[in-house]
Amino acid sequence: MGNYSLFSIVREGLRGNTGWTPAWRDPDPKPSYDAVIIGGGGHGLATAYYLAKIHGMKNIAVVEKGWIGGGNSGRNTTIIRSNYLYDASAAIYEHALKLWEGLSQELNYNIMMSHRGVLNLAHDDNEARQLKRRVEANRLNGVDAEYLGPKEIKEFCPILNTSPDIRYPVIGATLQRRGGTNRHDAVCWGYARAADALGVDIIQNCEVTEILTERGQVTGLRTSRGDIRTEKVASVTAGHTSVIAGMVGVRLPIESHPLQALVSEPLKPVNPCVVMSNAVHVYCSQSDKGELVIGAGIDGHTSYTQRGSLDIIEHQMAAIVELFPIFSRLRMMRQWGGIVDVCPDASPIISKTEIGGFYVNGGWGTGGWKATPGSGHAFADLVANDAPNAIAAPFTLERFVTGDLVAEHGAAAVAH
Amino acid sequence: MFVITCPYCGERDQSEFAHAGEAHISRPRESETMTDAEWAEFLFMRDNTKGIHAERWIHAAGCRRFFNALRNTATDRFLAFYRIGEKPPEIDDVVPATPCGEAVGSGNDAVKVERPPEAGR
Ligand SMILES: Cc1cc2nc3c(=O)[nH]c(=O)nc-3n(C[C@H](O)[C@H](O)[C@H](O)COP(=O)(O)OP(=O)(O)OC[C@H]3O[C@@H](n4cnc5c(N)ncnc54)[C@H](O)[C@@H]3O)c2cc1C
Ligand SMILES: [Zn+2]
Repeated sequence: MGNYSLFSIVREGLRGNTGWTPAWRDPDPKPSYDAVIIGGGGHGLATAYYLAKIHGMKNIAVVEKGWIGGGNSGRNTTIIRSNYLYDASAAIYEHALKLWEGLSQELNYNIMMSHRGVLNLAHDDNEARQLKRRVEANRLNGVDAEYLGPKEIKEFCPILNTSPDIRYPVIGATLQRRGGTNRHDAVCWGYARAADALGVDIIQNCEVTEILTERGQVTGLRTSRGDIRTEKVASVTAGHTSVIAGMVGVRLPIESHPLQALVSEPLKPVNPCVVMSNAVHVYCSQSDKGELVIGAGIDGHTSYTQRGSLDIIEHQMAAIVELFPIFSRLRMMRQWGGIVDVCPDASPIISKTEIGGFYVNGGWGTGGWKATPGSGHAFADLVANDAPNAIAAPFTLERFVTGDLVAEHGAAAVAH
Repeated sequence: MFVITCPYCGERDQSEFAHAGEAHISRPRESETMTDAEWAEFLFMRDNTKGIHAERWIHAAGCRRFFNALRNTATDRFLAFYRIGEKPPEIDDVVPATPCGEAVGSGNDAVKVERPPEAGR
């Protein structure tokens, strides 16, 4: 694999771009691996990269039933922040944010990381009190956080309607300046390319249909491209986490829901930051292509169809027009859905299971993108050492038995 | 968008209803004798079926009554509506050819199963 550099861009420009080679190989599955990761989303690819890079496990594979990044990774709105309330969450999301900051360099791949700042709005006194409490908690955890009043909000995001006469006036907001967005495909491709260069096999169009076990220990996988022997299977399958765990009878507290997003026609730069509102439930940023990227909450029903209902979109459009009257005559271009794996405490599961060699990383629900590097980093440690490190430790499956939940619902503003 | 048949009111738009989770999970009668693991199973663990799924709905903006439905979560097709206390009817439907296979939407075409033609909605 050649290094991408200014020099290679100029050289290829002069040669009519005929010298680029594929960014990763397209191998057939080998008969056996030291570990197999199920799911080629951002989290799975990051897990593979850190397993190879940090733990020296290079005889490993990522198997993906479709194409890499075709699941929630390629469907999410890429909002990144680490201003969660509880220590356990702050630790993992802040760990991820620190890794994001250097990831383009580390992977030699431009992930288009933009630290443009994330505003979380308060529309009533109770919400304002909660957001202020979160700012203080964040600061104690070394997470950058500020509380802004309406005047400062208006300066930071001039198109936001801060007038006191709207139905749910904006009375304050938290700002995390290091928060922002990045390019989801680039993250997947960058991790895939870097993992491949370390010897990891990235196997697409390969669906796991069965996990083989003997006396409570994983022995291999059955896939649409043949059987694979392995003693370690790491599931990172987002919406399908329950189905994969079900293959070995592991019970999970997860429910899979549609989550939709949509984009507008492209505009000149108009929204300088990410704006999120929990109360009217909508959030919005602007992509580098100029499209407004708009999202809201999950559909209430469970589903695996990657489709949601129109009433959710109607609701979020009403909210967006109230907050940004300037958008009222915009046309929306595309709408889509992903399937998110929601945990009862809105926190992920990064855990061993009662089946030896079967590890689960899932339950990230509506907000796992921001954690991608941190999640992969912590999960790789668990898979390599068969024991959770300090960051992963609070996110075991046992917490649903002991009651030691990491209840981020509501505590962390909008859950994206 | 679903059209849902409330067993008491008839066909209505989905926005009148709220999904109320997996059906046929009854609250244990003697919770004081249960282990923590059994309690976690009741409180948190769910089948999260891909395929034919029994679930509760409440007609929130209508008669305010709970009822049950069978729905194929791989296609979103409703198969039956029935009242609380009734057993789910025996119903066959096309389920994904593999556990994680896609029936609709974008996914791996190799494992896609088609919706039956009579499924109009
Ligand atoms: C519309 C939307 C907006 C979102 N917005 C945000 C946001 O702004 N900020 C944020 O932090 N998070 C957001 N999220 C959540 C975020 O996308 C997810 O938490 C995260 O991407 C999950 O990461 P992943 O890489 O594990 O998932 P995925 O990319 O879904 O990867 C899982 C992979 O597993 C594969 N797989 C499943 N079954 C099998 C099998 N049997 N064999 C082989 N492979 C299999 C799937 O094909 C898939 O590619 C959003 C999600 C959606 C849907
Ligand atoms: Zn009714």
